[in-house]
Amino acid sequence: MHAPDQDTILSVKNLSVHFGRYAKPAIDGVSFDLKAERLGIVGESGSGKSTLGRAIMRLLPPIGRVTADTLTFDGMPLLAAKEKQMRSLRGNRMALIMQDPRYSLNPVLPIGKQVAEAALLHLKVGKAEAYKIAATMLERVRITDIERTMKLYPHQISGGMGQRVMIAMMLLAKPRMVIADEPTSALDVSVRGDVLNLLDELVRENKAGLMLISHDIRMVAAFCERIMVMYKGRVVETLTNLEEAQHPYTRGLIAAMPDLKAPVRRLKTLDRNAIDAVETRP
Amino acid sequence: MIDVQDLSVSFGSGASARQVVKSVSFSVAKGETLGIVGESGCGKSTVLRSLAGLDRHWTGKINLAGTDVDKTRTREQMLLTQMVFQDPYGSIHPRHRISRVLAEPIRAMDRGKGWDRVPSALEQVGLPAAFAERFPHQLSGGQRQRVAIARALMLEPEIILLDEPTSALDVSVQAEVLNLLADLKEARQLTYVLVSHDLSVIAHMCDRVLVMKSGVFVDELTKDDLYEGRTHDDYSRMLFEASAI
Repeated sequence: MHAPDQDTILSVKNLSVHFGRYAKPAIDGVSFDLKAERLGIVGESGSGKSTLGRAIMRLLPPIGRVTADTLTFDGMPLLAAKEKQMRSLRGNRMALIMQDPRYSLNPVLPIGKQVAEAALLHLKVGKAEAYKIAATMLERVRITDIERTMKLYPHQISGGMGQRVMIAMMLLAKPRMVIADEPTSALDVSVRGDVLNLLDELVRENKAGLMLISHDIRMVAAFCERIMVMYKGRVVETLTNLEEAQHPYTRGLIAAMPDLKAPVRRLKTLDRNAIDAVETRP
Repeated sequence: MIDVQDLSVSFGSGASARQVVKSVSFSVAKGETLGIVGESGCGKSTVLRSLAGLDRHWTGKINLAGTDVDKTRTREQMLLTQMVFQDPYGSIHPRHRISRVLAEPIRAMDRGKGWDRVPSALEQVGLPAAFAERFPHQLSGGQRQRVAIARALMLEPEIILLDEPTSALDVSVQAEVLNLLADLKEARQLTYVLVSHDLSVIAHMCDRVLVMKSGVFVDELTKDDLYEGRTHDDYSRMLFEASAI
């Protein structure tokens, strides 16, 4: 790998995560650089993709030990950062969008107040100004009838709308890096595209880097410039499109999906023995 | 096998009453797989729950395997259908061993103790018989969904209702479960009604698909329609395009 240059937002070298006294790492020596681009991370549940996102944000519980040769964000070594410094980074310079808006929004506060809180916290503005910024941001994520919506509580809005509120909240401070952890898997297919396009539009505008974590390899392939495939805590392959997939795991994942255009009688399933054989050889 | 006439379901009463299923009619032949696709809140699960006898608010006529069923099912009517739910973490009792989970339907219907049928039930869904001694938290999501399918088959119903059976699973595990469902259907001449929001799963499994929107069926597609991308309604067109990324 080449030396990190000015464009590199996040540089990760040999990142590992151990939980408790387990000898087996949850993440095993992952290295990558993130520029102002869309990077997809795919894998099955338990492959370590969410743990990777959380390790970068330093959001793992104390039982998760993170080690890395390099973990720099915007020139700042994250592993040496104090918790106070991390708090000023999170939500401000780096943002995390989680899977289900029903759980990640505060159920007892109205939408408007929650978004304004983000502005109040990160932009150092007054209360009235914060509400104004919140309203413009909600307008940017194409929420109609803002006056009314800002007074609603999270349970009164739909999943797609909730996720757009989350995006508004997270991107309000114009972060350098956005980690989206399964941002669309709780949503209907018909709103999935809208949410992704919106995310892309805002991230591009800020010239930020986007890490899209998902289990849906086809969606990631359609949306991202680079795809990292994870299996058992390791990156088995980095691709720019699905056709060049070499690793049996990646191929297995692609073949396991039913395809509207290419019907098969039986779906292919993963041959885990073959994958493990390839994995242990080097 | 299934014949539904003018099925309507309303929740609430008075001014807050809301009709979620608006007078739908459809039928399913023996051995057929019917898919119902639509967005969340369109009423697709409610249709399924009415068929299963879990909701009793419906009006209209439901005929299962030649019998008109009542809103409150008799024991014989309950034996006609079984259902598999979306979330394998929520649909199995967390403190019952798998053997008890599987024997429960037999005992509930007074057909004996049911313990002796547990090993064969596990084997037919591709799980080792030793799993009978485990608790649900000792199984993965895919294995739990297999247990849920085994439980649905315990009373040997002819109709299985599948409510998003794979949407909580990884694609790799989803493929295994869909293959299992296809094998069981062939072996036992089952009739499926499959509800999902994922058009590619529906297209893979179903002979015929009904597209549902706000409580009514707006479109009916055959397998050929799906492969050739033919739709007869703007809404199903939109749904189709959103799925085909």
